[in-house]
Amino acid sequence: MTETPSLPRRLITTDLPIAVIIAFALGPYVWMFLTSVTAEATLAAEGVSVAPVEWVIDNYLRLFGRTTFLVNLGHSFIVASGTVLLGLLVAVTAAYAFSRFRFPGRRLLMLQFLVINMFPVVLLILPLFVLMRRLGLLDTHAALIIANATIAIPFSVWMLTSYMNAIPESLDEAAMTDGCSRLGALWRIVLPLCWPGIVATGIYIFITAWNEYLYALTLGGQNVRTMTVALQTLIGEYQIEWGLLTAGGVVGALPVTVLFLIVQRRLISGLTAGSVKG
Amino acid sequence: MPRPFPPVMTAIAADAPPNRIGQPLLPYWLLSPAVIVTLVIVFFPMAEAVILSFHDYLLWKPSSFAFVGLKNFLAALNDDVFWISFWHTFIWIGLTVPAQLLLGLVTALLLNRKFPWRGLARALIIVPWALPSVITALMWRWIYDANSGVLNDVLMRLDLLQASFPWLADPDTALYAIVLTLTWQGFPFFAVMILAGLQAIPRSYYEAAAIDGAGAWQQFRYVTLPGIAGVLVTAALLRLIWVANSIDVIFVMTGGGPGYATYTLPLYAFIEARTSLDFGYGSALAVIFTLILGVVILLYLRRVGRELAV
Repeated sequence: MTETPSLPRRLITTDLPIAVIIAFALGPYVWMFLTSVTAEATLAAEGVSVAPVEWVIDNYLRLFGRTTFLVNLGHSFIVASGTVLLGLLVAVTAAYAFSRFRFPGRRLLMLQFLVINMFPVVLLILPLFVLMRRLGLLDTHAALIIANATIAIPFSVWMLTSYMNAIPESLDEAAMTDGCSRLGALWRIVLPLCWPGIVATGIYIFITAWNEYLYALTLGGQNVRTMTVALQTLIGEYQIEWGLLTAGGVVGALPVTVLFLIVQRRLISGLTAGSVKG
Repeated sequence: MPRPFPPVMTAIAADAPPNRIGQPLLPYWLLSPAVIVTLVIVFFPMAEAVILSFHDYLLWKPSSFAFVGLKNFLAALNDDVFWISFWHTFIWIGLTVPAQLLLGLVTALLLNRKFPWRGLARALIIVPWALPSVITALMWRWIYDANSGVLNDVLMRLDLLQASFPWLADPDTALYAIVLTLTWQGFPFFAVMILAGLQAIPRSYYEAAAIDGAGAWQQFRYVTLPGIAGVLVTAALLRLIWVANSIDVIFVMTGGGPGYATYTLPLYAFIEARTSLDFGYGSALAVIFTLILGVVILLYLRRVGRELAV
């Protein structure tokens, strides 16, 4: 493993297998895109158009012209943004407590936030439905934001704790010596310094909430139908219009894929940093 | 997309000085918003699910909320569909998690080598992870499509198949077709975790092994594997929990069908509540599933707990 292999050898043992795996990882994406730019008639007669000259945007025009997909994207955006706000808001102070204090019950509380993330969605989804119905919140943005927060809050607490741990405690103390309160130190010193971590966490929550399906299906309805639920309704009554459906898939996946590629490096370093010690 | 996973454990080990005297309650105040919110939206509902499971509760007959003791649980034990779903859950997890792990391991080993476009490859490989599960499921439905799906097309061109095959409509292949989809969705997670583990192994270990005359396989066996064993176990446990939990992909791809061919326990619980509106029985199924999964969660927590003890 120490010597550098020759170029042809490297191509065969490294580049080629990697290319195959990437083709496997991205193939379905490419296929979805190609389907979305193929005219519905062509799709039925000849199959997917691979050549760019045959590409058409009919499916996209139909998607935005004749369906409510744009509205659904709006609902997804509201729900995802609301989840980010709620999640980060309550997680910031909690993370600061875990990062800077040692107190009785700390371990138990940290484990509690970890456990929440692992409980089956099915166990929560039924009582949440009953709860929302009782509160009259079914089919509102609030219901979906609350449901998504069940995942977002514990996740943010853990992420932010690990980001805050990376900021030296001595900075807080210096600030407090200069007359800052504890919360002042959090607000003026720690938050500005772990801003990139907060953004990465927020984006990850956004992606998760944007992608969420089961809660949206169960707790949403006619008024609040998010993108993921709307995609399902694009499936025609008698036969599936794959062109339209894949166009919806491309549009729905685009924002989160771009966001993910932007933050992936920071996010992954945060996520995996500690696991290495295993 | 899989649910987010907790950043594993650096968070805890860091040393922080003891509290300043005079504000012993401050950390509790700081924690109270998060704790109260999670109590209200997670723990109370969960307790309610357990209570529901001991009752007859049909959503369209809200007046008849009768305590029935263990009736729902006993009904599950005598329910054929329950046992079908039960075994499927094991087959499904037993195939998916190892497949994801193996493919993830191979990918990580390759990505750990030196080649010019390594950064790009690393970014591209995790793209499937960000995709909404619904889109993943619909995309693969299209790939598996019996009439014009690309899988049938390719296999027929390669003469591996005489006529197009309905992968998701055939009870013998539907479950395995979904396993392949989930493998596709989940292997990047393993690749990323394992890659981080690989990069933490000091280069000098390999040099020392090479001096001792270890070949490539022996280096892998005696340096690499022990080096990433911890990551492998942690990642596998986490992944097992999420794969077990994920029902959206199956729900969109087959809805459990054909027949009961792709029913799993959590899916059965969900469908029972959604279509039969039988929240009592559905909750009982969810509780049973949670108890089974609880064993794995405990194993994971014990690993984490050891580091938390600091």
